[in-house]
Amino acid sequence: MSVQQSSDALTQVVATRNQERHGLIVNIFRQPFTWLIAFAGVVFAVLPVWGDNVQLRESLLLAAVYVTLASNLNIILGYAGYVNFGNIVFFGLGGYVCIYLVSEWQWPLAAAALIAGVSVSLLALLFGLGILRLRGAFFALATIGVNEAIKAFVSNFEPWGGAAGIYLSLDVYEPLGGPGQALWIVYFLIVAAMTVSLFLSYAIKSSKFGLGLLAIGENEDAAAVLGINTPRYKALAYSISAFLPAIVGGLYFFKTGIIEPGGAFDLTRSIEAIVMVMLGGIGSVTGAAVGAFLYEELRGVLLTTEAFSHFQLVIAGLLLLGIVLFAPGGLMGFVYRRWPRTRRLLQ
Amino acid sequence: MIGIIASIIDGLLVGAVYGLAAMGLTLIWGVMNVINLTHGAMIVLGMFALYFLASALGLPPYGAVPVTIAVGFVFGVLVYWIAVHRVIGRAHLMSLLSTFAMNMVLVGLGTALFSTSPYNVPVPLPGVTWEGYTFTGTHIMAAILALVIAGLLYLLLYKTRIGKAIRAVADNRDAAELNGIPTTQVLSFAFGLGAALACVSGTLIATLFPFTVLSGGAYELKSFVVTVLGGLGNPAGALLGGVALGLVEGITTPFMPVSWIPIIEFILFIAALLLFPRGILAFSRA
Amino acid sequence: MTALLEVTNINKRFGGVHAVHNLSLTVADGEILGLIGPNGAGKSTVFNVINGVYPPDQGRVVFKGQDITGEAPYRIARRGVARAHQIVQPLASMTVLENCTVGACFGQANLPLGRARAVVHEAAEIVGLTDRLDHLAGQLTTAGKKRLELARALSARPELLLLDEVLAGLNPTEIERMIVVIRRIRDRGIAILMIEHVMHAIMSLSDRVVVLNLGSKLAEGTPQAVTRNPDVITAYLGEAEPTAASEAI
Repeated sequence: MSVQQSSDALTQVVATRNQERHGLIVNIFRQPFTWLIAFAGVVFAVLPVWGDNVQLRESLLLAAVYVTLASNLNIILGYAGYVNFGNIVFFGLGGYVCIYLVSEWQWPLAAAALIAGVSVSLLALLFGLGILRLRGAFFALATIGVNEAIKAFVSNFEPWGGAAGIYLSLDVYEPLGGPGQALWIVYFLIVAAMTVSLFLSYAIKSSKFGLGLLAIGENEDAAAVLGINTPRYKALAYSISAFLPAIVGGLYFFKTGIIEPGGAFDLTRSIEAIVMVMLGGIGSVTGAAVGAFLYEELRGVLLTTEAFSHFQLVIAGLLLLGIVLFAPGGLMGFVYRRWPRTRRLLQ
Repeated sequence: MIGIIASIIDGLLVGAVYGLAAMGLTLIWGVMNVINLTHGAMIVLGMFALYFLASALGLPPYGAVPVTIAVGFVFGVLVYWIAVHRVIGRAHLMSLLSTFAMNMVLVGLGTALFSTSPYNVPVPLPGVTWEGYTFTGTHIMAAILALVIAGLLYLLLYKTRIGKAIRAVADNRDAAELNGIPTTQVLSFAFGLGAALACVSGTLIATLFPFTVLSGGAYELKSFVVTVLGGLGNPAGALLGGVALGLVEGITTPFMPVSWIPIIEFILFIAALLLFPRGILAFSRA
Repeated sequence: MTALLEVTNINKRFGGVHAVHNLSLTVADGEILGLIGPNGAGKSTVFNVINGVYPPDQGRVVFKGQDITGEAPYRIARRGVARAHQIVQPLASMTVLENCTVGACFGQANLPLGRARAVVHEAAEIVGLTDRLDHLAGQLTTAGKKRLELARALSARPELLLLDEVLAGLNPTEIERMIVVIRRIRDRGIAILMIEHVMHAIMSLSDRVVVLNLGSKLAEGTPQAVTRNPDVITAYLGEAEPTAASEAI
């Protein structure tokens, strides 16, 4: 080894020591991307307030919901490569738990939503340990089955309103200061959940856990031989990816005032979440957000155009097909290739 | 008691058709390691093909069978070239998503064209009566045809050149290519074959029950259960698995509301996957 | 002194094929044991049994005094067994650095991300990949990918390294370089069990050699003794020309 090489090696060792001293969390907070996420959250929060624009708020609320769903889906789909077709089950179940606690037991919203998140992700952990032993396609189909089975169960579950669902009476909004104000509060909570989701998926991606998931997504057998406890990692990813969608489900249906099985466990929405992740760029945090936002806009346009409203699934299918065949890296895949520096900056 | 036996026999008959459908799925999986998520759409295609050929064009129902085999084959080859060809070498999740997307497109178009109303093809065929129970002629005929077609498939796979080529490619694509076999053509043929089996089983099912554009999903689930029971890539196992599923349905339908059947089958699916990852018959390839 | 690895009476059948038949072998601390035999002799199957890819039908695998027979691969990796595969398995869309980081974080070293870097650099240096750390694993040359397999395995700080035909597909210069690398690895006290067809590598590296044929142990001993064994020569080359063959080997 030459003198130059020795000194390079020494520099590297010193750099490593510095990194060691600071540990992971500080690292993340130093990255520009974290501040970008925070900024996005602030923008979402501030825009509709400025001008008291309720229409904008509603539109952004829906976008925030989808960004949450997509960025959490990215954890199991984008990192670990497991297609969770039935991801909407977390959203719906979280909605039901929260609504039930609020309407039957008069719980405050925040607590109900939080418990919804915790209970659904615990349930997901249990389920996950089982169905994540299934590889590839079987897991994917099993997740559809889980969604359908839970939908069927809830439809017959009288304490949760059965097939008719649960209507929220207006007085649940009183503790929050009345319906008008409640809608704003719910909006901010959803934006907060969205911001946390983006940050969570970024933090995971930069962690040892995330590295394990990425290795599993790359080559599961090699990952196992390298020492990764693949069943546990997959189950954890599945469980973690349930937490925030469940909370947001609770908040969303609270705002809507009604929850029923068809709308809560809508498989179309579930598939759209997958299209969003693929559109934006599988495995990319920015991608999930961008994909969700873009698809939401597209969807809005389609639904209002009479000619296309029946073809929602066809168009989503064509979009997904096109992405998989011609641009599997999605939008961000294109961006990363064209401008390689963005890889570091826009994770 | 007799009622249960009758139900079981009926289940076995219908099970043969399930087995035929599953053979299409397992063939594609075995040959090219792709799970064909357009399987359900192919089944529905067969159902509607029968409707049009029989009701609109006036063909005798069972005369439509060879036509639907051809139709299914053509559609299968199309799906292969559109959705499968480019993603074969890539990560498994890509072929999953592409066939799933294709299915969305097909079902979506079907819904736009036919809405979700139920369709029915009445097939007047005398039944067989025994001990006061009548086994409808259509059930018996469907089972017979399913077995005949399965037999034809066996002949194709084991007694023809193309069948040999398919088996070679299934075993080791690179080696087959090196031996001069045009593997891409063979793969598209095999995919067409799998789709044809799904399509014709849909036709047979349409002679038994009413259907809608969305019926594919339930039968696709059954095909998956059967494929897992019989072992992936094992057509003989699929047939046996189908009959076994038919048996299970025969035993449970007298006691259970119809809407619970898919849930039972789903649970069976998961259980079978967890307990017998290689198929109950365990002749299958890993 | 107990050996690092003790494989006792392993049997493994696949359907009708009796791939491994009553095989026993040991690897001592810091030793290089060569595993040779004609194609289809069952060598890779032995590896698969040792690192848990599948359990044996009968027999035991004991590592560092602990029975690891049939344990899951990830557990065995954590205990200090690392493997470089015959058919390389790079994590293709990740860089060399990231690949080795996986090895360092999840193998016996079980490091947190921050401390992995130093270990990875060290492993890359031993193997000669320091200049390619930022390259995507999928874009390396065959020789590069083979080195990556090694570097990744080394990053885990194993005590036993299973090398499965790491010299296959390399040209003579690359082979010589790899032999140097393998020696460097052994110099660090890592025991090596290597499957190899390149005879002169086996001769120059191995302390002992085990010969497998049709699933059974045919011979065992020093490289010189084994290659002079007439049964071994017959197994490799058939009955004709035993004298010329022994010279060829």
